[in-house]
Amino acid sequence: MGQFEPKIVGFLCNWCSYAGADLAGTSRMQYPPNIRPIRVMCSGSVDSAYILRALLAGADGVLVGGCHPGDCHYVSGNYKARRRITILKEIMKALGLEDERVRIRWISASEGKRYADTVSRMTSDMRELGPNPVARLWWT
Amino acid sequence: MMRIGVFVCHCGLNIAGVVDVDKLTDEMKMYPGVSYATDYIYMCSDPGQKMLRKIIKERNLEGVVVAACSPTMHELTFRNTVAQAGLNPYLCEIANIREQCSWVHKDREAATEKAARNTKTIVEKLKLNHPLTPLVLPLTKKALVIGGGIAGIQASLDIADSGYEVLLLERNQSIGGHMAQLSETFPTLDCPQCIETPKMVQASQHPKIKILAYSELEDASGYLGNFKVRIRRKASFVDPDKCTGCGQCIEKCPVKVPSEFHALLGQRKAIYTLFPQAVPNKPVIDRENCLYFTKARCRACVKSCSVGAIAFDQKESFMEENVGAIIIATGYDLMDKARIGEYGYGQYEDVIDGLQIERLLAPTGPTQGEVRRPSDGKVPKEVVFVQCAGSRDPEHHYPYCSKVCCMYTIKQAMLYKHAVPDGQAYVFYMDTRCSGKGYEEFLQRGIEEDSVLYLRGRVSRIFKDGDALKVWGADTLTGRKIEISADMVVLATAMVSSEGAKELAEKLRLATDEYGFFSEAHPKLRPVESLTAGYFLAGASQAPKDIPEAVAQASAAASKVVALFSKDHLYHEPIAPTVDEEICRGCGQCVETCVYEAIELDPRRRIARINEVICEGCGACSVACPSGAVQQRNFTKRQIVEMVEVAAGT
Ligand code: FES
Repeated sequence: MGQFEPKIVGFLCNWCSYAGADLAGTSRMQYPPNIRPIRVMCSGSVDSAYILRALLAGADGVLVGGCHPGDCHYVSGNYKARRRITILKEIMKALGLEDERVRIRWISASEGKRYADTVSRMTSDMRELGPNPVARLWWT
Repeated sequence: MMRIGVFVCHCGLNIAGVVDVDKLTDEMKMYPGVSYATDYIYMCSDPGQKMLRKIIKERNLEGVVVAACSPTMHELTFRNTVAQAGLNPYLCEIANIREQCSWVHKDREAATEKAARNTKTIVEKLKLNHPLTPLVLPLTKKALVIGGGIAGIQASLDIADSGYEVLLLERNQSIGGHMAQLSETFPTLDCPQCIETPKMVQASQHPKIKILAYSELEDASGYLGNFKVRIRRKASFVDPDKCTGCGQCIEKCPVKVPSEFHALLGQRKAIYTLFPQAVPNKPVIDRENCLYFTKARCRACVKSCSVGAIAFDQKESFMEENVGAIIIATGYDLMDKARIGEYGYGQYEDVIDGLQIERLLAPTGPTQGEVRRPSDGKVPKEVVFVQCAGSRDPEHHYPYCSKVCCMYTIKQAMLYKHAVPDGQAYVFYMDTRCSGKGYEEFLQRGIEEDSVLYLRGRVSRIFKDGDALKVWGADTLTGRKIEISADMVVLATAMVSSEGAKELAEKLRLATDEYGFFSEAHPKLRPVESLTAGYFLAGASQAPKDIPEAVAQASAAASKVVALFSKDHLYHEPIAPTVDEEICRGCGQCVETCVYEAIELDPRRRIARINEVICEGCGACSVACPSGAVQQRNFTKRQIVEMVEVAAGT
């Protein structure tokens, strides 16, 4: 068997992170194909339920990408997302789940490299962490 | 069930070179819910679009996924295409298999698998999409131009000449910007008084332009086509309706302070106009230095004014205006030379910057065009120009090239030689970047005719040595150390975004780069639009630029505004969420979270109502809603969950 290939669901805000991911492409940067992007209007529109759902559905990691603090196209969606994810991580910890599987990162439209690096880093971290046990527990 | 067609684009080899498009198409043919799939070499080309329309009709498709480049590239193209085939445009979705797949992965198998997953995720979204119709909105055909430098003036004139009204906002008491400070301009050596002043006058006399000088933008709300702006008119303590601009008060004012217009090399009074050709030519009182305000005495201006225009009790005022488009033309400033430690932290009076020497060279300057150094008024015989002071220096200052310094340095060196024929000008440079029309020739002319001496290398230190400034540098072409005993040093300091640009950007929620220059919507294809609809960029507010470029960009921004105003209505994307009245229990969580104040509670029925025109479609309310009554159109919770299932699946 080859090495474990984690599945990472990425919720990318339309204005910054999705555009940053596009720029990584335009600049032909290479990163692992483990990320599975979903375009959302704003990181603030990402419900915690989506993240949990992704973990239950078998994702080994979830990345939420938003604009830098102060730069959200909708003023403060990224702060809302940050607050929500902080709480979600607390809950995950309390339940004994690995909260490092959920990450929120600020990636601007001009940071193609930061996107590529974030995905590479997260992929290797998740590889080390191994398969997400939640999905298995849920289904068995 | 929706009859869905999937169209896979090769994008030449851009996609097909990495992704196995045949395999992808076959896989999509088999995918539940997809009734047709095909591929084509360039979907966005004319024949590609024709094929798309034809197949939609032939196969009776009800929804389309185009697997191609990023939706930011061609979503609009394909939505228009499907609309021509009679489909609702919102039933066309794009799967990104280029920017976020074929361009970032090399492994064919993995890339093909990912392309398939991206496409399937989008198919799941499309399955639950609803047809939508855009909102038709009225449009205010009046523009606001922020910044009255050459870019702002040009943009205003172009819009006004097309028959639309313009408000030209300027924070100083006169329009003209930095260009008015320049001595002569490269590469033709005409003076701003000859080429800019006429435009200033033209703007002030134009029936469609209203200049709001000494005013700043306080706040803006609304959206493309329908902005409401609040403008703060600062107190000038001079009644503009009474003042005739005679200048008596300025003459009589006893206070002298360094003049900002002369880059602090000359003086001005406490009541002052910026420069003699100022537009409007009405003075303002500088409260900080006026004796009446600081010590409650003097009143020399009051006594000298025959029309009684001095109004010490004047208060700042506010005005509200409706505009349809806003042009940002806030320009630039020079980096503070005191930040460069090796050049003396600004402590040597005779180390000056690019704008200061402009004032020394200008006939209207503090020395009437005689080049005299600031410390003792001596005519400098050895002048060293240092290029890239702060620019192209990622370790200490700014990594970018300020773009105009190569040209203004040779111009200044030339003008210096014309003023002091027996002097010597040295230029330390890294490269000379003279790529405009007539620029290289201009440089050669300076070197050959005016014997300006170019030395390739950086200056490592400048320090005081008796009466002179010692300049240590290296000539990297000969490999020799160089030491010059200079009378004056001119630093071509980096151009930075204008003071206050960051705050303005925050106020307007516009994106800037990390240096505070406003971000354009696309670096190549949409260079004069900002990322937010209705805002346009002109001049150095976007990046360092010389005058011809700033003017060209201003005209381009103006033409965008004119194109916008030439329509009768505006169409607003139908992005506002829906509220399920059966489920909504009127808790008001959505009202709380909405930063646009687009939601209110119907007081009688206690359900949320969304103002579709104000709503920007961020989706925060749908997350805030505890009962699931608020759903983003075509981004419903159910849709995202379906997408997640596919994205997270094996
Ligand atoms: S739009 Fe990017 S985080 Fe809100």
